[in-house]
Amino acid sequence: MKPYRKWSETSRRDFHLAVLTLTLFLAVAAKFPAFAAPAHLAGLLDDTAILIMLALGQMLVILVRGIDLSMAANLALCGMLAALFNRAYPGAGVLPVLALALGAGTLLGALNGILVWKLKLPPIVVTLGTMSIFRGVIYLLSGGAWVNENEMTRDFVDFTRVQFLGLSVLSWFAVVFALASIFEMRHTRLARNLYAAGGNPEAAAYSGIDPGRMQFVAYVVAGAIAGLCGYLWVSRFAVAYTDIALGFELQVIAACLIGGVAIAGGAGSAVGVLLGCLFLGIIRSSLPLVGISAFWQMFINGVVIVVAVLLSARQRRHARSILEAR
Amino acid sequence: MSPLLTLTDVRKSFGGVRALAGVDLELHRGSITALLGENGAGKSTLVKILSGVHQPDSGSIYLEGARTRVPTPVAARDLGIGVVHQECLVFDHLTVAENLFVNAHPGRLGLVDWKTLNTRAAAVLHELGADFGADTAVASLSIAQKHVVQIARALVNESRVLILDEPTASLSKRECAELFRIARQLRDQGCALLFITHRFEEIFELADRYAVFRDGASVGAGPLAETSRDELIRLMVGRPVEQLFPKQDSTPGETLLQVEGLGRAGEFEDVSFTLRRGEILGIYGLVGAGRSELAQVLFGAERAHTGHVTGHADIALVPEDRQGQGSILPFSIAANIALTNLAALAPRGWIRARQENELARQWMEKLSIKAQEPTQPVQSLSGGNQQKVVLAKWLARKPAVLILDEPTKGIDVGAKAAVHAVTSEFAAAGNGVILISSELPEVIAMSDRVLVMRRGRLRGEFTRVEATSENLLRAASDA
Repeated sequence: MKPYRKWSETSRRDFHLAVLTLTLFLAVAAKFPAFAAPAHLAGLLDDTAILIMLALGQMLVILVRGIDLSMAANLALCGMLAALFNRAYPGAGVLPVLALALGAGTLLGALNGILVWKLKLPPIVVTLGTMSIFRGVIYLLSGGAWVNENEMTRDFVDFTRVQFLGLSVLSWFAVVFALASIFEMRHTRLARNLYAAGGNPEAAAYSGIDPGRMQFVAYVVAGAIAGLCGYLWVSRFAVAYTDIALGFELQVIAACLIGGVAIAGGAGSAVGVLLGCLFLGIIRSSLPLVGISAFWQMFINGVVIVVAVLLSARQRRHARSILEAR
Repeated sequence: MSPLLTLTDVRKSFGGVRALAGVDLELHRGSITALLGENGAGKSTLVKILSGVHQPDSGSIYLEGARTRVPTPVAARDLGIGVVHQECLVFDHLTVAENLFVNAHPGRLGLVDWKTLNTRAAAVLHELGADFGADTAVASLSIAQKHVVQIARALVNESRVLILDEPTASLSKRECAELFRIARQLRDQGCALLFITHRFEEIFELADRYAVFRDGASVGAGPLAETSRDELIRLMVGRPVEQLFPKQDSTPGETLLQVEGLGRAGEFEDVSFTLRRGEILGIYGLVGAGRSELAQVLFGAERAHTGHVTGHADIALVPEDRQGQGSILPFSIAANIALTNLAALAPRGWIRARQENELARQWMEKLSIKAQEPTQPVQSLSGGNQQKVVLAKWLARKPAVLILDEPTKGIDVGAKAAVHAVTSEFAAAGNGVILISSELPEVIAMSDRVLVMRRGRLRGEFTRVEATSENLLRAASDA
């Protein structure tokens, strides 16, 4: 039998991005051999881990024609909750903290999902609103004060830094997440229904898929991931305050777009998003080496996004054919 | 043998509009039933009821003699009712194989068994004799092939009833033949097919039974062998022409517009005609015949690829999609009317509200637009009054040529009469009107001359005397 699938448009784009990312990596490594040292690579992954997890969540939302601008605010709020919980119950350990962050994030995602699904509000407006609301709630909870490292317990801070087989726990989170996503997007019925609902909501409805419900599911998952990452972020940087990860949602969306997720919905792959994140991560960590100010990073990200979208711009639809062929 | 699917006295209204006023339908195993009816006769509503999208207000559906309901699209699938939608409801980003199994993926524990999926898809495509593989991306298929994908999906779901909703509307002759081959194959396997089309040659080629709807009601059904083309046409149009059309007599004057060999790739070609002062020129055709595309080019919204138009440049277009293209819904009546008359209203670049409102008030009175104030937003008006605002917006410019694209679609009888009266008056004042409509009585009553379009070409020209329902319908539908 033939292999079960020809190279699809998506696989081809993933391949191109992989080649591009590898070329970028080799170019930097050729000039600065230290860049390719195992320790530096582990650091690179550690730096990119949260971006990877968030982008894989954002991908689900964009797939079903939504967008989640509130992801970073969700992360910050759940991170603050985790820090406050840890300060209040220092002896509780990490497990309840993880559960709290995950649960709170899920609820915040569900709030977005309900507003989009049941009230049929435009996703960009909903999440722009909840983004501000979440940040506001952090301020109310913390009174604008920081929770610093000296107020956190050792196990709370060390959780993400523990090394296992040469990688940090944070990195392992990203690795497991990425592998699970790649499998899930390809092999679960739920994910395939997400693709269908985003690709053609009307046809999906005729197939018995509720596109609104699929949007809800995507927001819930994205929210859960953001919540979990909230704790991971606070643990890694050992500080929680109102403005952590401010504007990070744009980097997350950028990684999705570079990774080939169609902003119009229905197309994208976990492999592509992963590559998009690595691409951004390599640029970010190589700029100081090359001697370019980090302020250029935004500019370069922007150029990369526009070029990526230009390259993947789908061909314009053919004019409807009325004339019969003679 | 008893019918596989029976509908009795099915009724459905949307708001106050009656879409189905009691239809009966029987579909038999191993038989293809052609469903005929003018635009608006209720065919689409029937399809939506059978596919579980709409629920009938009253009436019964029987499948194999047992009364049943189709509450959801999934229920339709489980009952074995498959639909090939006119608008090609497929998933462009997915492969053909996955399209066939969306939301019905084989597998266990929420995981997709791709091997089984692809094998079964390949088997169904092979059975249908499809000329594309299961691993093809649907985006790369032609419309005809996408129809085949929809049929294959019905087969995968083991459909016993297959509805083909105008599948041939945009297919070439060769593609139609391929589709018919597949339809006959399914018929011979015992499926009951419902075939919706406007083309008589196809009906007699493919179907063995017929059913005719008119104004939401069944007006005839039976074996095709016991009827004729003329009888079917009579059933479709046989209604009294309402006296809604106050047409004023006029004698055509000098030529306003001369159209020669006009064409646009893929849409229409070789269209030539003249429009004279004082004349209402009707353009009749079925939906998708290329009439609106022609209007867009005449107006200048799209470029012609061949041919040219000479004559008066002062052309106004009242588009078919009055909410999307004709008006700006959240704007006030006054702002909408002012939009096309800014040069006159604001010679120095700013608009004075008083003049804007004054202009609006004049036209509200002239067209009896039912609204409180000129400042009222257009979206708060009824469809008929919205259409009057669109008319006013263009008439206020005093154009020489007015193109009306389905001007009375979906508006009530009173507003219809008002639109017709204004149109007639406008033409009698020495201007030219091009009236595009799929409503036969309207075209016949309003036009001095009628052109018939079919599949992008002019297929006939009829004088007011020659323009009978039968003649126009025959020219418009390949009969």
